[in-house]
Amino acid sequence: MELIDVKFAQPDKERLVRELSAILPRESLLTKHEELKPYECDGLAVYRNVPLAVALPSTEQQVQATLRLCRDLNVPVVARGAGTGLSGGAMPHDQGIVLSLAKFNRILSIDPIARTARVQPGVRNLAISQAAEVYGMYFAPDPSSQIACTIGGNVAENSGGVHCLKYGLTVHNILAVRAYTIHGELLEIGGNMLDSPGYDLLALVTGSEGLLAVTTEVTVRLLPAPVKARVVLAAFDRIEQAGQAVADVIGAGIIPGGMEIMDQKVTQAVEPYVHAGYPLEAEAILLVESDGTEEEVEEEIEKINALLERAGASELRVSHSEQERYKFWSGRKAAFPAIGRMTPDYYCIDGTVPRKRLAEMLRGIGEMEKKYGLRCANVFHAGDGNLHPLIMFDANKPGEIERTEAFAAEILELSVRVGGTITGEHGVGIEKINQMCVQFSKAELQTMHAVKQAFDTPGLLNPGKAVPSLRRCAEYGKMHVHGGNLPHPELPRF
Amino acid sequence: MSSALEILAERVRAAADAKKPLRIRGAGTKDFYGRPIVGDLLDTRGYSGIVEYEPTELVVTARCGTPLSDIERTLAERSQMLAFEPPHFGEATIGGAIATGLSGPRRATAGAVRDFVLGVRIVDGRGQDLRFGGQVMKNVAGYDISRVVAGSLGTLAVIAEISLKVLPLPAATATMVRDATEADAITMMNKWGGQSLPISATCFADGRLYVRLSGAAAALRAAQPQIGGEPLSDGQRFWESLREQTHPFFAETCELWRLSVPSVTPPLALGTTLIEWGGAQRWVAGTGNAAAIREPAIKARGHATLFRSSGARDDVFTPLAPSIAKIHRNLKQAFDPNGIFNPGRMYAGL
Repeated sequence: MELIDVKFAQPDKERLVRELSAILPRESLLTKHEELKPYECDGLAVYRNVPLAVALPSTEQQVQATLRLCRDLNVPVVARGAGTGLSGGAMPHDQGIVLSLAKFNRILSIDPIARTARVQPGVRNLAISQAAEVYGMYFAPDPSSQIACTIGGNVAENSGGVHCLKYGLTVHNILAVRAYTIHGELLEIGGNMLDSPGYDLLALVTGSEGLLAVTTEVTVRLLPAPVKARVVLAAFDRIEQAGQAVADVIGAGIIPGGMEIMDQKVTQAVEPYVHAGYPLEAEAILLVESDGTEEEVEEEIEKINALLERAGASELRVSHSEQERYKFWSGRKAAFPAIGRMTPDYYCIDGTVPRKRLAEMLRGIGEMEKKYGLRCANVFHAGDGNLHPLIMFDANKPGEIERTEAFAAEILELSVRVGGTITGEHGVGIEKINQMCVQFSKAELQTMHAVKQAFDTPGLLNPGKAVPSLRRCAEYGKMHVHGGNLPHPELPRF
Repeated sequence: MSSALEILAERVRAAADAKKPLRIRGAGTKDFYGRPIVGDLLDTRGYSGIVEYEPTELVVTARCGTPLSDIERTLAERSQMLAFEPPHFGEATIGGAIATGLSGPRRATAGAVRDFVLGVRIVDGRGQDLRFGGQVMKNVAGYDISRVVAGSLGTLAVIAEISLKVLPLPAATATMVRDATEADAITMMNKWGGQSLPISATCFADGRLYVRLSGAAAALRAAQPQIGGEPLSDGQRFWESLREQTHPFFAETCELWRLSVPSVTPPLALGTTLIEWGGAQRWVAGTGNAAAIREPAIKARGHATLFRSSGARDDVFTPLAPSIAKIHRNLKQAFDPNGIFNPGRMYAGL
């Protein structure tokens, strides 16, 4: 099947470049192959496309004019932040341009009294918290790429992080967005108040993967930084016990600041690098963080400790200093690079499942490891059911990429089958486009296409991503029909 | 599809074929809200009941006609709650609570209705049974249609089922009260908002500033001296009187306006004002002149809603900018191409 199946008439590149250079200064327009090459993919490097040009506007007028030109010439536009996305959402269209927001990199204002920051989309996630630190505040969503990823990308993907069970996703932590449609129309969505009249367009553009409009400014909510944070590290002989322990903590009325599970493959991979002292014989390590006021944290940590002990933890440690807290977390933060050192390539999956189905999920993944002959390590945002299996493979070995893709697809489809979703926080992009056909019915996908039409009538913003064409689903369905049976006959189909 | 839902969907298909408007209604407790509409009554109460409730998953799924009080009672039995504290105004249904998108005193600190919506099952304007979102905390597959349906006043779809994130009830709660001017109350609300304090609601009414603290008992004991004032013994009743608008402030008005403004907005001098949500929600009485209320709200970069009125209700919500209004019309067309769902309840033409 074709990577991007939404095609346009081949544009006149010469004319496109000529007219773009009337809008953009010379240094803001890239057209040579060697300049375009770095933009051919995002954080998901297996899928690549070289665009016709890369526009790097620095003003809203330039964004507006670029969009209008592309509409007039029927040229697809793929907006891009830092390109750290993991689902190919920023992979270019080979008949279109990349609209990089990298030059929109200023924090416009911070209001410590109203607890808001007005920032341009190219500002890095972490830079917002760093700028707010002098006021004792921070921006809550903290995706693991927060050193590099931009707030514009966070809005496009509705990014989460390790603290989102308690503090929410991007959609819960932004107040307003300025965005331009493909027609160059300005949409001022939301504001400095807690709600706006009309439909909740702020929720609709958040997580829309650049398919509806191009963001040029974001107003985020800042939260007071917790006075105190402590973490409990618990080891479990069996991963099911760790899953049950998570349910016990939540059932006891505690919403921890963070709650993460690592399986044994991960702890064994990270320990030689971080020396966190993880018990390596344990099948799972659970980290539970409590944050808030001194009093809250002391009371909560005591409760958590007791609950985890009762849940059968074979070992329990509580951080007694910030240094120790970082040490406990260090392995989780280093999980991806550590796996990267064990294997030439790895592939990170992003399903979310109801927590009670975790054990079933992990058993399923274990069987798939044998079926596909590939190893898979698991990290898990346990509080909110977001699982990140890391499939290890070698792209240079013939057939391994294909086996990895099939393995990944099967994990995602199992996520749907146990009542979850194919993506918790990385987005659909191009990567999970086929699995959208499994999660949604034809009528549901048609509704999503109609939503896109409501914003982007010519369908030029990031075409072929996030919502599959019905033609694509029909093709994918055919590939997956075995013996006349639809995949997952137990799923409701309307 | 269950038969009760099939009946709803069949009614919708028939209305779509005949292009005859429907007036979607649960218990009708919020009939006063929004613009007046005409249409055949579509009573959602026949599709009722909690579908699934897993306390340790923090998720409840219920059919639209389920009484809100049933859901809250079921949650309370497991020491959980709907943290957005929706107003009931009588025997409200969950479908109506979500469709109107109204949140109560905890909104500023916990979040609004839309923040707790995880997924919906809807019947669209073609009578199609569709699901968006799901029952998990994090889900970015496809557009976030479930949050858009919340608060759309039934103009896009019939909400058939809804999955909501629930939260544990706080271990302890206390309310502190002190005398304050309106300006001082706004200043203090915003100052506390920037501190790590277990505040779950604030209110300024009648020259007094009320603060509700919720959380660990030890945290409350530590916070009380920082907040100052005196403990209020029947705090729960006070916050309920705000949520249900039984507080004397609401009794006096025949035209009640709700202003949503930046929390730091200084007093707007629109007469007696009741302030909630850390300064971000302000209630004032109107005098029949919408512009006299709306213009200052817009000047403060907010908006004003004619929440209740015994008179005309044509101009309820602040008008939308043309580019935003166009998107609204397009979305309406996408979900309800025959314009049968609550036409005009939010804006004329929607």
